Amino acid sequence: MRIGLFVTCLNDTLFPGTGRAVVTVLERLGHTVEFPRDQTCCAQMHFNTGYRPESVPMVARFARVFAGYDAIVTPSASCAAMIRDNHPVLAEQLGDAALREAVADVVPAVHELTEFLVDVLGVTDVGAVFPHRVTYHPTCHSLRGVRLGDRPLRLLRAVKGIDLVDLAAADACCGFGGTFAVKNADTSTAILADKMTTVMSTGAEVLCAADNSCLMHIGGGLVRLNSGVRTLHLAEILAATEGTR
Amino acid sequence: MTDDSDHDGRVWLGTPAFPEAARSALADTRLRHNLRHATTTIRAKRLDATGEVPHWEELREAGAAIKRRTTRHLAHYLEQLEANVTAAGGTVHWATDAAEANRIVERLVRAGGGGEAERHEVVKVKSMATQEIGLNEALAAAGITAYETDLAELIVQLGQDRPSHILVPAIHRNRAEIREIFAERMGERGRAAPADLTDDPKALAEAARLHLREKFLTARVAISGANFAAADTGTIAVVESEGNGRMCLTLPETLITVMGIEKVVPSFADLELFLQLLPRSSTGERMNPYTSLWTGVTPGDGPQDFHLILLDNGRTDVLKDTVGRQALACIRCSACLNVCPVYERTGGHAYGSVYPGPIGAVLTPQLAGVRRAASLPFASTLCGACYDACPVKIDIPEILVHLRAKVVEAKRDDRALPTPEALAMKAASTVLDSPGLLGVAQRAAAAGGRLTSGRGGRIRRLPGPLGGWSATRDTPPPPRESFRAWWRENREER
Ligand code: SF4
Repeated sequence: MRIGLFVTCLNDTLFPGTGRAVVTVLERLGHTVEFPRDQTCCAQMHFNTGYRPESVPMVARFARVFAGYDAIVTPSASCAAMIRDNHPVLAEQLGDAALREAVADVVPAVHELTEFLVDVLGVTDVGAVFPHRVTYHPTCHSLRGVRLGDRPLRLLRAVKGIDLVDLAAADACCGFGGTFAVKNADTSTAILADKMTTVMSTGAEVLCAADNSCLMHIGGGLVRLNSGVRTLHLAEILAATEGTR
Repeated sequence: MTDDSDHDGRVWLGTPAFPEAARSALADTRLRHNLRHATTTIRAKRLDATGEVPHWEELREAGAAIKRRTTRHLAHYLEQLEANVTAAGGTVHWATDAAEANRIVERLVRAGGGGEAERHEVVKVKSMATQEIGLNEALAAAGITAYETDLAELIVQLGQDRPSHILVPAIHRNRAEIREIFAERMGERGRAAPADLTDDPKALAEAARLHLREKFLTARVAISGANFAAADTGTIAVVESEGNGRMCLTLPETLITVMGIEKVVPSFADLELFLQLLPRSSTGERMNPYTSLWTGVTPGDGPQDFHLILLDNGRTDVLKDTVGRQALACIRCSACLNVCPVYERTGGHAYGSVYPGPIGAVLTPQLAGVRRAASLPFASTLCGACYDACPVKIDIPEILVHLRAKVVEAKRDDRALPTPEALAMKAASTVLDSPGLLGVAQRAAAAGGRLTSGRGGRIRRLPGPLGGWSATRDTPPPPRESFRAWWRENREER
């Protein structure tokens, strides 16, 4: 199986540790991962902010760069949702038959990391050890975009040493919403305040999720408050083998 | 789009753009408290009421399918409705816009019989369509007083205020305030509240009951909206909780119903489905307490003069947009408001329209024009909770993103120079379409980040429009090494 990693522009630039963690987990499970160097971005920010013409080159690039892979794995539920739901729509709107076909070929191979581990590889125990108190926030695009269900929790429960605690009102949005956090910064902060309250009341040391974008927002608030909770992408917990070496 | 006219009544009230309007709402602690309490309670009730139906998802799908079919053949069903209402003794009027609808109502009220005093008073059933056209204000200008009879609408009307929720229009008020409004204002408009009125809900309801009873017994004309209208029989349906609507619909001699053209459903049998979807989604009840159905005029029973006004007011324009027209399927249950993280914090007034919340954010820009309501499509995190809750499966996030593209397009067309945002987006798109440029940008950002990050290695302040972000959130500085740089060193050159 040829596995291509779509790391996403955000992870590539700001959270390279998440990309390395995906590589670690997949290699530990005996797979070879490729990173096609010409990859960039899924165009979510442009598309969701209303800049459709500007998103087209990125959509075309994605289809071109990832053509031929058996599986395209990405550690971002919202980018996976963008590709799955909107790349075909954009290609259709453009009326470009070649692009439409290229997109249709590549989209079924796209898997968010936990989908790939649980559904394609059929594993929940990836050999991780992480002796910390952790809570998990199912991001909106994990829940209602790609509908990850309990896959992330099944993976987390299999981590050795983890003290996994429930998050109250977990399915509530954190208030990020991409450019919403900038355009409607006040409302975004009001929503964030409630998410931070529930996170802090778990007593967890680490908040994890399947998307670094929401984590950057929640984590940004938690750090500003010196709350003592850090944020970590789920992949980095699955990659951890703390204290075993 | 209907950007340059104001014929649409009160769809768009011209309040500040959403982010600004939201700011004052966010600071209103009582509002925040009421909203949190009300939305949390009703969310739980709705989940119970929809969860116990074994085939809820199939019901939603069926509701969506019927609405899709209706919008595709709207003209056909409306003509059928007109024929059947007329055959049953009613009169059908067509109104292109708010002004025309208001004129028709005014004329009908004046012709409504009774003495001089009666020709200047009407009672009203809670209705979104009449709020949309600003009917009360138009009637007032013509010297006719409209009395709202829904309890919450009465509170809003007496308080000279605006509704802030489709279903719970006075969600922004609490008991003590309601007592005050009743004590001060009821006497100006009819039977006064008792002198010893307390803020006990029972006492408040009793005061409202006595005040309204007087109106019901004297009014000769009632005005209502419609939840549904069955084309094949000409039957109109109004769904409510209090029974005040039932009083309006049965006691007066003349009944005028103002209905958006999208409320028609093909068949009476379709009500079986919608009367399950609506109450469970809206109040979280298995069934609403009062469902009134009438077909034209029944001699000797109820109003003997019935008029149905079919209101367009921008809806045919919406129909032309195959993505946007989904919004016309709305049955005004308000489930999307109650699950919306934005609405829960800001309440309805920030949306600057009679249609608040997620449905307002997609309906208002379509009815009033994307230029006038340009901030509304952006007033959402795209969390998708509204779509999952909607009983007729309106993909609100899809419409929001679609309308955002229209806003951006409109700005492109209107301006000689691109907006700063457009320039930034263009630049970002150039960088993001080039792995080489992205690498350069990453290295520059890493260098810049080391310079700008403060104690603890966090960036505490960002420039320009990003200032809103950094006002409450720290940002991690870009790492020394991007993922692609790490990959090159550790995998490619190994
Ligand atoms: S859009 Fe859907 S959920 Fe919202 S009020 Fe209309 S029918 Fe209800």
